[in-house]
Amino acid sequence: MKTLIQNAKILFSGYEKEEAYDILIEDSTIAKIGKNLDTQGVQLLDANRNYVLPGFIDMHCDICDPGFEYIEDIETASQSAVRGGFTSITCQPNTNPVIDNKTVVEYVVSKGIDYSCVNIYPYGSMSIGCKGKDMAEIGEMNRAGIIGVSDGDEYVESAAFLRNILRYSRMFDMPVITHCEDKSLSGRGVMNDGFTASSLGLFGMPKEAEEVIVARNIILAEATGGRLHIAHVSTKGSVELIRSAKSKGVNITCETCPHYFLLTEEAVGNYNTLVKVNPPLRTQEDVNAIIEGIADGTIDVIASGHRPTNYSDKYTEFDNAAYGISSFETTFALSYTNLVETGIISIETLVEKLSLRPAQILGLKKKGVLAEGMDGDLIIVDTAQSYAIDANQFASKAKFSPFQGTVVKGRVLHAVVGGRVVL
Amino acid sequence: MTFRRKDFFGLKDLSPEEIRYILSTAETMKYILNQKNKKSPHLQGKSVIILFYEPSARAKLSYELAAQHLSANVVDMTGSATISNTETLQDMGQLIDQMGADFIILRHPMAGAAQLLAENVEASVINAGDGFNENPGQSLLDLMTIKERKGDFEGLKVAIIGDLIHSRVCKSNMWGLTKLGAQVCVSGPPTLLPTDIEKFGVEVFYDVRQAVAGADVILTNRIRMESRNKHVLPSLDEFKHFFRIDEDLLSYAKKDAIVMHPGPIQRGIEISSKVIDGQQCIINDQIANSVAVRMAMLYILSQIGGGLH
Repeated sequence: MKTLIQNAKILFSGYEKEEAYDILIEDSTIAKIGKNLDTQGVQLLDANRNYVLPGFIDMHCDICDPGFEYIEDIETASQSAVRGGFTSITCQPNTNPVIDNKTVVEYVVSKGIDYSCVNIYPYGSMSIGCKGKDMAEIGEMNRAGIIGVSDGDEYVESAAFLRNILRYSRMFDMPVITHCEDKSLSGRGVMNDGFTASSLGLFGMPKEAEEVIVARNIILAEATGGRLHIAHVSTKGSVELIRSAKSKGVNITCETCPHYFLLTEEAVGNYNTLVKVNPPLRTQEDVNAIIEGIADGTIDVIASGHRPTNYSDKYTEFDNAAYGISSFETTFALSYTNLVETGIISIETLVEKLSLRPAQILGLKKKGVLAEGMDGDLIIVDTAQSYAIDANQFASKAKFSPFQGTVVKGRVLHAVVGGRVVL
Repeated sequence: MTFRRKDFFGLKDLSPEEIRYILSTAETMKYILNQKNKKSPHLQGKSVIILFYEPSARAKLSYELAAQHLSANVVDMTGSATISNTETLQDMGQLIDQMGADFIILRHPMAGAAQLLAENVEASVINAGDGFNENPGQSLLDLMTIKERKGDFEGLKVAIIGDLIHSRVCKSNMWGLTKLGAQVCVSGPPTLLPTDIEKFGVEVFYDVRQAVAGADVILTNRIRMESRNKHVLPSLDEFKHFFRIDEDLLSYAKKDAIVMHPGPIQRGIEISSKVIDGQQCIINDQIANSVAVRMAMLYILSQIGGGLH
């Protein structure tokens, strides 16, 4: 099967930004990039002089399958992802059953083949049941297809256990993805700790709850040489810790999500559960630090942090409400509008944080770059037209967003995954 | 003034004028309560539902009496089998609404519950305590009692002592007193003060004597020594050694200072027995005002769009 994308604007060096190119995808690989390529016997896709980018790779999302299919399943997650430009997604292992053995990995992989329109690369839980105690069969899961080990957004209390995971996972050269939250500090908290929480009568999760674990994990990574990846960075202190560790040469990477550089705790307003996330939204000072970290490269990756929830789990008392934002379909547009249009970073840098860096961290060697010989995972994005985010149109089962009505640029028009046009 | 609220959530969102209006209405209600026939017809034909998800003696009794004095029908749903985790607050609200209730008095263990309920019902919702957020009724009766004794709030120095993080009335009082122009000083174990408490517009002292120095009013509240508090406070004995209102501490305040407590009181812990039984402790005045304030709240909400002048 051959697909030819015509009139493509390409960002990568070696290509003129204002010129239009043709991209030929043969089977699942980018076969040729050039001008006036032969249109005989190929499926044509006109990019209309829009950017053609390497498909995005999401390092942090929940697909809720198996076990929570009423919230999201592999099919809806993949459709939601592809509309956001993600042609490859990972999945957190905190499903039911937990992805802590090869059988569950095989389930996700095989269901992905049948029902997903994007590539799904599961993370395996580092511990049995995401309990942070007994080591899961990481090697067996690696053979079955996991590309990273994660704590499933559960706090690993035992430093000794994490230390062992960082050492053990070196065998497989996989990243160790950690959610940094000291539960003894976050306690009963449901939002950022501070006056906003006090004035709402809600308990807060102090920034220290994140930062002491970021610091601990960095020290363990430095000592063990394991490949630590810090998930969803939300505070200024975390950015500073990571920056200083990187400057010392510690082999760590990290990510953030759009809500951490766009919203502050003020968004909770009058108990708005749509912005209840973990880690919680912080303050303007933290937002500024995260943007700075994105700009100077301290923050490697922008992940969606897609964590869908059932509507009835959101439409309830703030203390009871579920954590999470349905964000596959808003991540690129929000990032493009607020980081690129504002001149904070170039579109090349944004694409790097959505494609190349995740590919490098996850060891997906044939992804993340638009070049001959790479996988045929491409997206066509329109960066000119403004549109208002409408959560009712989401493909995700979680059709609500705190960004409802926000006017953005950066719509994903088409997506090609493994040479197949899926959007 | 006219009052255009459907619901009462807390003193955070009331204006100083609205607070004063409620207080003056409560004074009228107190006058009615002092008559031989306490019954007035203002809520005739209306129904008041008491929906308490937490046990309470004082709040329930005062709301119930207030509603009955105003001739409303009262249904108390406390302890009802239907109040459980199997039905959401919104669904419960719908149920009550469809039966034609005019007022729901809600006490709930989670902050913001009253707002959530109010958005889903036609009935007026009165917050009788939500989580660790507010308790406007208790606060308004404190304010009424202070006003009776001290005349006005402008320039008044009020000390709030004790556990402020778990106390809803303390939070309501901080909002209300600062809005009305009082100087508010707080003191308590640092682990029992809300984060960034000074942003409420209050001064914080760890030495209770500094907070009380020259005070016109001293407010304290019940301190709970539950298992969840053991990592924030070593013991009640230690607490009372530093924060109990006794004669010695009272000597730092103004000579005519008054001492208040929302009850239930633990003798010798928050306040010494001698002070409780002395002239300056006016807990009984507070209780006497509790029904009048709740009558005022019910009456004002029943007048939406009309209002007294």
